[in-house]
Amino acid sequence: MSTSKARWAAVTAHSLFWPAVALVALLVANTIYRPGFLTVEMKDGHLYGSLVDILRLAAPLILVGLGMTLVIATGGIDLSVGSMCAISGAIACLHISQQPDQNALSGVLVALALGIGLSLVLGAWNGALVSIIGIQPIIATLILMVAGRGLAQLITEGQIITINSEPYKSVGVGYLLTLPLAIFIAAGVALLVAAVTRRTALGMIIEAVGGNAEASRLAGIRSARITFLVYVISAVCAGIAGFMVTANVSSADGNAAGLWIELDAILAVVIGGTSLAGGRFSLSGTILGALLIQTLTTTVYAMNISPQTSLLFKAVVVIIVCLVQAPAFRARFARRRPVAPAAPTAADQSKEQVPA
Amino acid sequence: MTTSSLTPTRDWWRIPQRYVPVLATLTLLLVMYGVGVSQYRAFSNIQVVFNVFIDNGFLLVVAVGMTFVILTGGIDLSVGSVVAMTAMMSASLLQGGVHPAAVLVVALLVGPTLGFLMGCVIHFFDIQPFIVTLAGMFFARGMCTFISKSSIPITDPFWTSMAQERIGDPKGNFVSISVLVAFAVVLVGAFVLAYTRLGRNVHAIGGNQQSALLMGLPVGQTKIAVYVISGLCSAIGGILLSFYTLSGAPLIAVGMELDVIAAVVIGGTVLTGGSGYVFGTVLGVLVLGVIKTLITFDGSLNSWWTKIVIGGLLFAFILLQRLIGIRKK
Repeated sequence: MSTSKARWAAVTAHSLFWPAVALVALLVANTIYRPGFLTVEMKDGHLYGSLVDILRLAAPLILVGLGMTLVIATGGIDLSVGSMCAISGAIACLHISQQPDQNALSGVLVALALGIGLSLVLGAWNGALVSIIGIQPIIATLILMVAGRGLAQLITEGQIITINSEPYKSVGVGYLLTLPLAIFIAAGVALLVAAVTRRTALGMIIEAVGGNAEASRLAGIRSARITFLVYVISAVCAGIAGFMVTANVSSADGNAAGLWIELDAILAVVIGGTSLAGGRFSLSGTILGALLIQTLTTTVYAMNISPQTSLLFKAVVVIIVCLVQAPAFRARFARRRPVAPAAPTAADQSKEQVPA
Repeated sequence: MTTSSLTPTRDWWRIPQRYVPVLATLTLLLVMYGVGVSQYRAFSNIQVVFNVFIDNGFLLVVAVGMTFVILTGGIDLSVGSVVAMTAMMSASLLQGGVHPAAVLVVALLVGPTLGFLMGCVIHFFDIQPFIVTLAGMFFARGMCTFISKSSIPITDPFWTSMAQERIGDPKGNFVSISVLVAFAVVLVGAFVLAYTRLGRNVHAIGGNQQSALLMGLPVGQTKIAVYVISGLCSAIGGILLSFYTLSGAPLIAVGMELDVIAAVVIGGTVLTGGSGYVFGTVLGVLVLGVIKTLITFDGSLNSWWTKIVIGGLLFAFILLQRLIGIRKK
């Protein structure tokens, strides 16, 4: 028992160790390429610099990643977060654009409430499909991934809604105590999720459901309710991220807002050491993963490579991370006895078929 | 809950259950076509049907490949990007003055090679198809912009002749060469799936991989083979798309994998694998095509309704699969 615990501890340490090394390596590479990379200056009472930018731009990804971590921990997956971002951003911008005074705080708050409310409804839809009807998560959320883009365009009527609202804009580019407000929002949500999952039994219950939903139900956990809950949390996180994405550019584009953020979020979760088969999760790992991805993107921009080409680097990162985490690859790499890895492989195969 | 939902389906026992999704799709297609004909006079023109095939020929080809993958219980998210990469690569090579025949060979090799690599990673390292093909999708899309950041026009005479060739009757109804290629791929795909050893292996693995392995079927080879087939179909689809648009653009076919998956599911293939037909996939693609045509004919509906309707249909058909209980436990 103690050896298996020690092994798990070693694995966790390992899976967080390499992303951290990669992040530091990227930062060092950036500093060598551009010596001014690490400098952070004070201008007009705000902190400026590449590091602050990375933190600010990573905020939506961190939010989406947090929700995705919980979903993946239950053995599911949520493909619809990108569409959720677009929908919540679209409804908020639509409401603000209809206000006589776009700078009025009350109007903006109502807009945010509308966006969150709609996210709740859509999250409940996903949750109901997975937990009540029992559709595989990847398919259930695929429905909203396809239809959600259409809904977002329906809300904006195919236009790009441009708004001029200072309070709303501050969600994306505002400052609080010299740092961007987005960082505080992401950190706040992260702390809240961490407190709720790690300071109460909820985190362990989620991991139990991810390990074996039926067994945990027999053990007295309301698995269906937990599954439902994580999709709602994921949707709300995506909704808040949608506000940031649209506030960054002060406009809502049903097609482009949050495009491919679901893939980045899944990538961040996987880099952070959360297993796609479910059963365990690491919130700090996800945050680290999100920062790594954003640093990679910023690096690619800074080196004057086309943003689309950054996908090439992401592909390489995905494959390396997955290979490093795959038991079969490790077994080959470590050249263990062939008997030892055979048993866990069979167990993993039966589990993998649930989300795929 | 499951038992109560199964009770009303007793009436369906007269028709073999495995045909129910395909028949539902066929009914839906006929109803939609009927609605179109009753609402718009021009809809009854046979050319409308041909145009559905012309506009969706490449989708059809890619969907056949996806049917193989989904039948084994896997998924291939890279198809849209591979289509774009093939079109981009052909356009770029043609611009460089390479002979069209050589371009065709190269273009048809790249997709299967990527599929082979993905299949190997999926099989040998036991990583989920979802995440591996996601990496493939990133890679192929990255390659597109690596080749060129902007769209490349194709002026090669062979390509333009393939694009403009009309095969039809004297009354003016015609199909393009792409449609014939698509039909050929469909026939070959249907034959392989129904009458060859490979096809049976694909169904067996989708039914239960462990059992297939214990029966001594070549699980690894078959799993790799389906990703190669999917890559090959995407490559053919990419070439057809470059015939259709006469250009290669880095952002073309974004989100196409979702359309393809939707078409396969609407066509009655069960997403957990093991059950489905190429014929169903053809119907699924036609349903998507007719929806687009209907929305174009209507004029007052906007293009985003396509996505909403596809999402709704996806939901309805997954629910149907669930209700008739053919989804594996």
